[in-house]
Amino acid sequence: MTDETYTETVDEERRDFIHIAAGAAVAGGAGALAWPFIAQMLPALDTRAASSLEVPVTDIPEGGEVRVLIGGKPFFLRRRTAAEIAEAREVDVNALRDPETDDDRLVPMADGNLNPALLVVSGSCTHLGCVPVGPGSNTGEFGGWYCPCHGSHYDTSGRIRKGPAPLNLPVPTYEYNADGSAVTISL
Amino acid sequence: MKAIKACLAGLALIGLAPAAMAAGGAMHLDEGETALPDWPFEGPFGRFDQAAVQRGFQVYTEVCAACHSMDLLSYRNLGEPGGPFYSDDEEATQSQVAAFASSYQVTEIDDFGDEVYRPARPSDSFVSPYPNPQAAAAANGGAIPPDFSVITKARHGGASYIYRLMTGYPDSEEFHGNELHINDDHSHGVLTQPVGLYYNPYFAGDTSGNWEGDPRHAPAGGFLAMPPQLFDGRVEYMDGTEATREQLAADVAQFLAWAGEPKMENRKSLGMGVMIYLFFLALIVYFSYKQIWRNVDH
Amino acid sequence: MSGHESTYKPNTGIEKWLDARLPIVRLVHGSFVDFPTPKNLNYWWTFGGILAFCLATQIITGIVLAMHYVPNTEMAFASVERIMRDVEYGWLMRYIHANGASMFFLAVYIHMFRGLYYGSYKAPREISWILGVVIYLLMTGTAFMGYVLPWGQMSLHGASVITSLIGSLPLVGEQIQIWLQGAPSIGNSTLNRFFSLHYLLPFMIAGVVVLHIWAFHTTGNNNPAGIEIKDPKKDAVPFHPYYTVKDGFAIIVFMLIFAGFVFYAPNVLGHADNYIEGNPLKTPAHIVPEWYLLPFYAILRAITFDVGPIPAKLGGVIAMFGAIAIMFVLPWLDTSKVRSLRYRPLARQFFFGFVLVCGLLGVAGASNPDDVVIPTGEDTLRYEVALADTPNAVEVARANDGKIVSQRDERVVIDFVDYEASLAFEEESGTLVDPTVKHHGITWLPVAQLLTLLYFAYFLLALPLLGLVERAKDEPETIADSIHPKNGSADAVAAE
Repeated sequence: MTDETYTETVDEERRDFIHIAAGAAVAGGAGALAWPFIAQMLPALDTRAASSLEVPVTDIPEGGEVRVLIGGKPFFLRRRTAAEIAEAREVDVNALRDPETDDDRLVPMADGNLNPALLVVSGSCTHLGCVPVGPGSNTGEFGGWYCPCHGSHYDTSGRIRKGPAPLNLPVPTYEYNADGSAVTISL
Repeated sequence: MKAIKACLAGLALIGLAPAAMAAGGAMHLDEGETALPDWPFEGPFGRFDQAAVQRGFQVYTEVCAACHSMDLLSYRNLGEPGGPFYSDDEEATQSQVAAFASSYQVTEIDDFGDEVYRPARPSDSFVSPYPNPQAAAAANGGAIPPDFSVITKARHGGASYIYRLMTGYPDSEEFHGNELHINDDHSHGVLTQPVGLYYNPYFAGDTSGNWEGDPRHAPAGGFLAMPPQLFDGRVEYMDGTEATREQLAADVAQFLAWAGEPKMENRKSLGMGVMIYLFFLALIVYFSYKQIWRNVDH
Repeated sequence: MSGHESTYKPNTGIEKWLDARLPIVRLVHGSFVDFPTPKNLNYWWTFGGILAFCLATQIITGIVLAMHYVPNTEMAFASVERIMRDVEYGWLMRYIHANGASMFFLAVYIHMFRGLYYGSYKAPREISWILGVVIYLLMTGTAFMGYVLPWGQMSLHGASVITSLIGSLPLVGEQIQIWLQGAPSIGNSTLNRFFSLHYLLPFMIAGVVVLHIWAFHTTGNNNPAGIEIKDPKKDAVPFHPYYTVKDGFAIIVFMLIFAGFVFYAPNVLGHADNYIEGNPLKTPAHIVPEWYLLPFYAILRAITFDVGPIPAKLGGVIAMFGAIAIMFVLPWLDTSKVRSLRYRPLARQFFFGFVLVCGLLGVAGASNPDDVVIPTGEDTLRYEVALADTPNAVEVARANDGKIVSQRDERVVIDFVDYEASLAFEEESGTLVDPTVKHHGITWLPVAQLLTLLYFAYFLLALPLLGLVERAKDEPETIADSIHPKNGSADAVAAE
């Protein structure tokens, strides 16, 4: 009698173990299977490949800008006049909503020097993502860009000066080519 | 039991039927002067031989690309794992891809609405040799050279078919003008090549209309618009491999196999993991099943 | 979905609260946990669960593919290849979905043959069977429209062939065809509506599946013995864990085979021509459907003759749809009271013959109807000569061992075995006619016609008559007895 009870106990334990092992293996497999289904919604390889662009900058007229789309996102490349550069530099940085110097917002060329004439910024207003208007239309109260959606004003360095937007227009990752005739912007 | 046996015999018959159907038309890919290459990408552990893919890519760019597009490939694909430009040094790979891409010109609309050329970027798809299908047809006597993106999946036999087709043209010395005298176990007679077409025993078609001889033994194969393309030394390989016709054909076939199925290596390695997992899972669940049913007669 | 009183006891407050308002847990519990299931179900019964798995797999991977696919004739082919190349794990999703269709049909055919063998269509389970046939019809429609979506050569021309069948209907056919296509031919409008319907139908299938399960949970499962549960304590076990684990095991084994195709032979069940983008100006040499529709395709092509006022083309369409439609009335065609063929040795022979006929119909569907299956002699060179042009044809032919096959209306048909003799004939008679190659033997067409006849004869003759003439073996009293046979029925079980 005791023997039988003993066998039964061992059997029970073994049974539990095999069921737990089976359940765990199924759960593990299902977990691993979930990944491809999540990953398929990530940007596809062709989308990612199209997320950088080389833009020639020599043809941008002084005081004017070029607008490009990279991966569907707008970017502004602006060739600033001497007056605009001076204006951007004279600002008291500490008084800004999002304090950044003009030099902070520039990327050195291949020779290590800054090129203050060329400003490259994202073209999405940091408030709600509208596309601000700029040279040729309405540069706002500070001579940079003006967002018509909710009235944000950016200065000639793309910094927020007035209106609801919380941050400066972001500077994307970009680099100059060897002779400075073009920049490559990446998302 | 008798019935079951009859059923099995029937199933065996069904299995044999397709083999019987394959007779006729083009020559079987197992038949040929040389044995088929030993494709490294076949089998459950198959992988592409990158050196061969690189050489095949060279053959494609120097020979095939003059007429055959590969619309579904982008230059960036060349630097992806398994691709001809792939290496551990990602930066070197990328610059190689970019340099190669920039040797091609793509059209773009400029700010004045004019069509202008710019060098291709890695994200651009392969530039077609012809601007549109009409141009391709016009330049090739009405036959559009097929796109090569998935050509190995679009033909029965895949890479082996490409290899046989490229090496299967009769040698030029076998021709008397446009006549080919055939004297083998199967066929005796004269095959006349129509103008602008070329006989190939592996090309699906019908030779009976151009065959002088027993019509029951018209040679296998058909006529295609592409003249023979690969000869010994047609390409000078950068890695020093001797460029025999067979080598060129095998390499380009392997390159096309890669291009048609660039994710094959991922597929097979993931598959191995999945199969092993499922096998052990089946084992565990079987024991679980046996445990649960141990006290039930069924 | 549960035909019995659930033993579900809500324990916690939340469970009680929910059970009083929406007894969904009770429903699931009653249907898939404590549902009394015959304990003698064999592995053929696991295909129901396998089919549920297949449907779920197709729906889930299909939703993923729809996120990336573009239903436009200009872009569809490239968008499918983009899924294969650029979408993360897109190749996996597409290969699962494409091979999943084949696996789905493989499982459904086994499931249907199982139903046929064990008489699962007989009273009181007629509705379950009929709903099953409805599911099968929806499946073929879904599969057909899904095959059009990649917009390869087979997609395009297969769709043309099938829609033109509809066009063969008298009077309204052509109008319906144009209405289906949304254009005078298969084009962008067709592709868009097929995509929409291909997305819709699987959910309709899921709905009918619920009804299918509801129906056989009301009557109780059939089982290999074909007799009802008398005492649930002796004859049945609760569905969970007994059949959840058994079905689960079978599904995993099925997945192994499935994975073998997906990872190691993903294109073997497809057709190479479908990797060529659809071109309305160029028809592939042989248009064939996917393997699972080949038997019906063979039946369609077997009707090459007019039947009274019905033209051959329409006759083929009627025969093809009839081959499926006949399954709707199957419960009333079989006159035998015994369900399981285990106890009907004679009917069992006919059943295996029927399985063979279906398989051979599949081969016939893949074959060219004019190809010789059984050769009866060497190929000959055949001349059809007009005596007006070649008055001495008969004499010259005789002199050269030619065989005069027929002579009618001043036209002679002459066969030569020897090529040299045929050349001599040409020279001596001065005929300018070229010979054709005549194959001697039985072609696939009469074979397919015979198989089609046998297919219908099984339903219309064999099943009604067998029940009247055969002597079935004694069925066991209970399911428990079928497992531990008392004297007499032992050999029946041994025959399994």
